[in-house]
Amino acid sequence: MAVAGHNILYWKPRSKGWFFASVASLIIAWAETTFVPNVQVVNTIPYRLLLLGGIVTLVILWIVSGKLSQLRDKLYHQSQFLFAVGLFLTGWDLLSTKSGILRIPFFPGPAQIIAVMAREYTVLLISTAYSMRLFFVGLVTGTALGLTTGILIGWYRQWNYWLFPLVKLTGVIPAVAWMPIAIVIFPNSFTTGVFLITIASWFSVAFMVAAGISSTPKTYYEVAKTLGANETYLLVHVAIPNAVPSIFTGVSTATGLSFLTLVISEMVGAKAGLGWYINWAKGWSAYDKVYASIIIMAIAFSLILALLSAVRNHVLRWQRGIVKTS
Amino acid sequence: MTTDKDNTLISLRHVGRTYADTTGRETMALQDVNLTICKGEFISFVGPSGCGKTTLLRLIAGLDVPQSGTLLLEGSPIDGPSHERGYVFQQAALFPWKTVEENIALGLKARHIYREKQHLIAEYLHIIGLEGFKGAYPHEISGGMAQRVAIARALINEPKVLLMDEPLGALDAFTRLELQEALRRVWEKTGTTIVLVTHDVDEAIYLSNRIAIFTARPGRISVVFDVDLPSPPDRDHPDFIAFRRRILQSLH
Ligand SMILES: Nc1ncnc2c1ncn2[C@@H]1O[C@H](COP(=O)(O)OP(=O)(O)O)[C@@H](O)[C@H]1O
Ligand SMILES: [Mg+2]
Repeated sequence: MAVAGHNILYWKPRSKGWFFASVASLIIAWAETTFVPNVQVVNTIPYRLLLLGGIVTLVILWIVSGKLSQLRDKLYHQSQFLFAVGLFLTGWDLLSTKSGILRIPFFPGPAQIIAVMAREYTVLLISTAYSMRLFFVGLVTGTALGLTTGILIGWYRQWNYWLFPLVKLTGVIPAVAWMPIAIVIFPNSFTTGVFLITIASWFSVAFMVAAGISSTPKTYYEVAKTLGANETYLLVHVAIPNAVPSIFTGVSTATGLSFLTLVISEMVGAKAGLGWYINWAKGWSAYDKVYASIIIMAIAFSLILALLSAVRNHVLRWQRGIVKTS
Repeated sequence: MTTDKDNTLISLRHVGRTYADTTGRETMALQDVNLTICKGEFISFVGPSGCGKTTLLRLIAGLDVPQSGTLLLEGSPIDGPSHERGYVFQQAALFPWKTVEENIALGLKARHIYREKQHLIAEYLHIIGLEGFKGAYPHEISGGMAQRVAIARALINEPKVLLMDEPLGALDAFTRLELQEALRRVWEKTGTTIVLVTHDVDEAIYLSNRIAIFTARPGRISVVFDVDLPSPPDRDHPDFIAFRRRILQSLH
């Protein structure tokens, strides 16, 4: 139900004007880079195509959203931001490619970064694939171990007694501190990376699972017992479901730590992946490539976080007041 | 009080329970409680707060153990909680991650008889009048509805006795009356033995066959009244009002 000015999620002015302004500012960015002569030697075609693609997408979204009021609201809500993006790109391009005020190689223009992405896309794609493989293998292993140890610690006194001090103590150490040891123990950079990411995610998941299980209200157990539940039922159908919200908190923390660990472990010693690519490009003073891989990282990591948040919103749909903000 | 031996469901003999607080001081929550509960009856526990009503109910449920005395269900000692003794808490305590229907089905699932007894879910949803809410989550329903679900959840196990600890205590006056009506219907329909803890004397008179009056420090049952009014009682009838006065006097 979209009431103008009363939408909590999309509260910006619901005005056609700002939308047209955002389209106009992207057109200006395109026209500027197309018609103002270059000072630096840059292939601006990929950048111009990207801008045109953005403009066309906006127009298509606007036409399509004539029937979908949710989408139209979101589009209008984002208009002011897109407007600013267009102006920013124009200004940046003028200061770099068009005038050389921002010096290369350290501060390339948008056109140069997009050009390098277009030129190097196979290497970037392979690097991204390597990074994602390392990330997922590490995170899944760490989460599985974290779930197991967290359940043991949260449910069984003996495990809690012996394992919990260990988890608390090793959990405060940043995973990358183990790198010198990991490099010696593991045969290659991939297994070293998996080990470090596993360590990074393991403890935060274990900790939150254990906390979630021990926070189960006593009444829940009593209810289940008077309904005929045995120990196994109490664990599987009472304690663990009760821990699910805090498990998601643990996995979110683990994801963040894994991004960090991934990049550091790839920058040190790896032969593939976005972290390696950044380091390698830096060696050649190819800062446009550094920026390109940073942008790809931002996109890939954001997609992962969005995926996690979608899974969480679905699994925790029983909770009150879940507002999807993206 | 005379009771037919074969008709006895629960018998409590010299039951005592003492709690020690953190400073080591002891509270005698219950002392020498004797009571016989018959099959099919509706008995209420009434008394000032802190006199051991919850303690006794938890002992019958097997959620707590007495220091002295014996508790028997059909002649065998009560040893831990069981699906034979259903329990309804003051707060409905529904599992928030389960829908209304899944909450009601909990006992069947826990006892691995879901497949055979699945049809009971629809039956109890009908009894509590919440067919339209079976897919709702607990946060989407009102307190009164939640308490209905808690009652259905306990009843689906077809327990020998339904123990209820101030189940309507947290509800507003109108919802209380509505749920008292629902409870009466449930009792008439299922014939389950019911033990109800309440601080509402009218509620006790309206619903029960017998009323046990508790006194505090040490907690014990001082007197048990038989409710001898036509069913369902008329709350405005002079007999009802006179009976209420007798009970209130016994509480002082
Ligand atoms: N778990 C407990 N630990 C310590 N004292 C308790 C505990 N449960 C009950 N008591 C004490 O026992 C007495 C009776 O409590 P309770 O059975 O809850 O009374 P009622 O339900 O009639 O209000 C109170 O004085 C209470 O403080
Ligand atoms: Mg009580």
